[in-house]
Amino acid sequence: MFFILSRNFSLIILLAILLQACGKGVTPDAVDGTSSGEDVAPLRVAFVYVGPRGDAGWTYAHDKGRLHLESTLSDKIKTTFIESVAEGADSERVINQLARSGNDLIFATSFGYMNPVIAVAKRYPNVIFEHATGYKRAANVGTYFDRAYEGRYLGGIVAGAMTKTNILGYVASFPIPEVIRAINAFTLGAQSVNPEVKVKVVWVSTWYDPAREREAAETMIIQGADVITQHTDSAGPIAAAQSNGVYAIGYNSDMSVYGESAHLTAVVHDWGPLYVEKTLAVINGTWLSEDVWPGLSSGVVGLSEMHSDIPNRVVDKVNETKEAIISGNIHPFMGPIYSQSNELRIPANTAMTDKELLEFSWYVKGVEGNLP
Amino acid sequence: MDIDLISSIIFLAIRAGTPLLLVALGELVCEKSGVLNLGQEGMMLLGAVLGFVIAYESGSAFFGLIAAATTGIFASLLFALIVLQFFANQVAAGLALTIFGFGLSSFVGAGYIGKAVDGIPSWNFFGLSEIPFLGDVFFSHDPIVYLALIVCPILYWFVYGTHAGLILRAVGESPETASRMGINVLTVRYCSIMFGGAMAGLGGAYLSLVVTPLWADGMTAGRGWIALALVVFSSWRIGRLVFGAFLFGLMGILNLALQSIGVSTSPNLLASLPYVVTIVALIILSKNRRGSMLYIPLSLGKPFHFLK
Repeated sequence: MFFILSRNFSLIILLAILLQACGKGVTPDAVDGTSSGEDVAPLRVAFVYVGPRGDAGWTYAHDKGRLHLESTLSDKIKTTFIESVAEGADSERVINQLARSGNDLIFATSFGYMNPVIAVAKRYPNVIFEHATGYKRAANVGTYFDRAYEGRYLGGIVAGAMTKTNILGYVASFPIPEVIRAINAFTLGAQSVNPEVKVKVVWVSTWYDPAREREAAETMIIQGADVITQHTDSAGPIAAAQSNGVYAIGYNSDMSVYGESAHLTAVVHDWGPLYVEKTLAVINGTWLSEDVWPGLSSGVVGLSEMHSDIPNRVVDKVNETKEAIISGNIHPFMGPIYSQSNELRIPANTAMTDKELLEFSWYVKGVEGNLP
Repeated sequence: MDIDLISSIIFLAIRAGTPLLLVALGELVCEKSGVLNLGQEGMMLLGAVLGFVIAYESGSAFFGLIAAATTGIFASLLFALIVLQFFANQVAAGLALTIFGFGLSSFVGAGYIGKAVDGIPSWNFFGLSEIPFLGDVFFSHDPIVYLALIVCPILYWFVYGTHAGLILRAVGESPETASRMGINVLTVRYCSIMFGGAMAGLGGAYLSLVVTPLWADGMTAGRGWIALALVVFSSWRIGRLVFGAFLFGLMGILNLALQSIGVSTSPNLLASLPYVVTIVALIILSKNRRGSMLYIPLSLGKPFHFLK
């Protein structure tokens, strides 16, 4: 009997794979910009998203960027997107299809599209590719990312000023340099206004599971954390803060609807201006294969609206710091920086290099818990 | 670790285990009648979204729950029609239901992302929740937790103590024999599939109305599959299923709590524990062939053709 059952289970897996493969149509959902009355054919711009546009997180922010692009350059371009494209072999098929069907510029918005983009770019040398968060480039492939850590540092200032217990809670996804960098920037920002602050970190091993993210936030709240922030993509932690009467700082987009009295502010990406800049460069023929990593200065990273509970002096401090980061007077990772075990890692008056930031693999002093 | 922390962890574990328990109880009954429905994840999502939408529009979480259970029943009827009337492969039909539920729930819920409902408040049992420790752990939950706990003994009594339960098990063991005895196999299977659907809908609504409370695409995040694994883990026994649901819930919460306390653990390893113990349970079951035969419904997954 059990044989039959286990045969069923292998069938399940087989079918799951088959259905997954068939489930994803390769026909993109075309969204027309306004039709151009000029003779010049509009530039066709395609976006590949890793999640659904309605995730209120990472993909949502990229789609907002696409909409901004469309409204800014409506007569010069036409955009297309495909959402929920799994990273890996499936994405290569999707990206290939987009290139073959006549798109001129393709934005691939997730790290796992890196090798597929490079492979497809070789086959279509006349199509230009922009890959988010990756590090492999080619003659027709550029990469981009934002210095989200600058926004995290500002978020840390707000959290450090607002905490009464001096314990902050951080819901984290996976221990990759991007996330570790954000935790450290948040911690250093909080310590810049409140040296007593400690940051608890809980790893949920997922980018997206609203219930689990909420549980993680609650385990920290019951241990005294009174400002919660997150490096995951759902609003679960905000809802947890709201119903437990503590504060939270959102991520990716303004999440205040999920917790009006809890949501202090959010660290947000605004990809719109970057997408306009890149697209204009392609239209004008000035596009170059390069790696761009803009931060607060370009407006790609920022904080959303501040909660009315935040005192004016804190808002002023955040604005001052923001100006100082933009003008280069403050670097979030300026030494002396000590590691968790109180070892001096970055000497005084030395800022961490971009290479060091991209390879971050240790906690700064004040972060609690162990790196998995 | 102080006593408040322990009581909070147990409280959270019960809340995390409740949706698993609801969904797994439904699937258990469904499988007892010989039907393997792999559409749990899809039915949960449909229940979650419709429950949220109705609760939001009507302002009543109670109506939301009713809507979620009803949605689960309709979704499961679709599955029942395909596998019972058209003799489709149950595995394929169940997977199709999951994919269908994922897409449809995302479509229905598109306008409700970013909306908030009040959710379902906790019950205070005439001040019982004031009792130190016990009150925090057992008497501060929302009504659905108690509903799930009440359903368990009733279901046990139904399956093993009533004539109807005997019919259910007979249909699951040997539908041919049951049919020759004059039992309408299809009716029994329809009913048990619908019960499974209602419970999956409730389980989904528990996530969108109590645990988070918000709607987000794909918010069940694999809990339907864990519930399916739970039925196997429990080797189709209700007592073990209750134990397993809260054990899985506790493992999930401990994983998070230990990290925030600062105990050195591997979150990835702990996160995989429910799956690991399910595989171990499978191995133990397959070693003990005679023992497990007593509980696995013999006709599980096989279509039933009318006998003349």
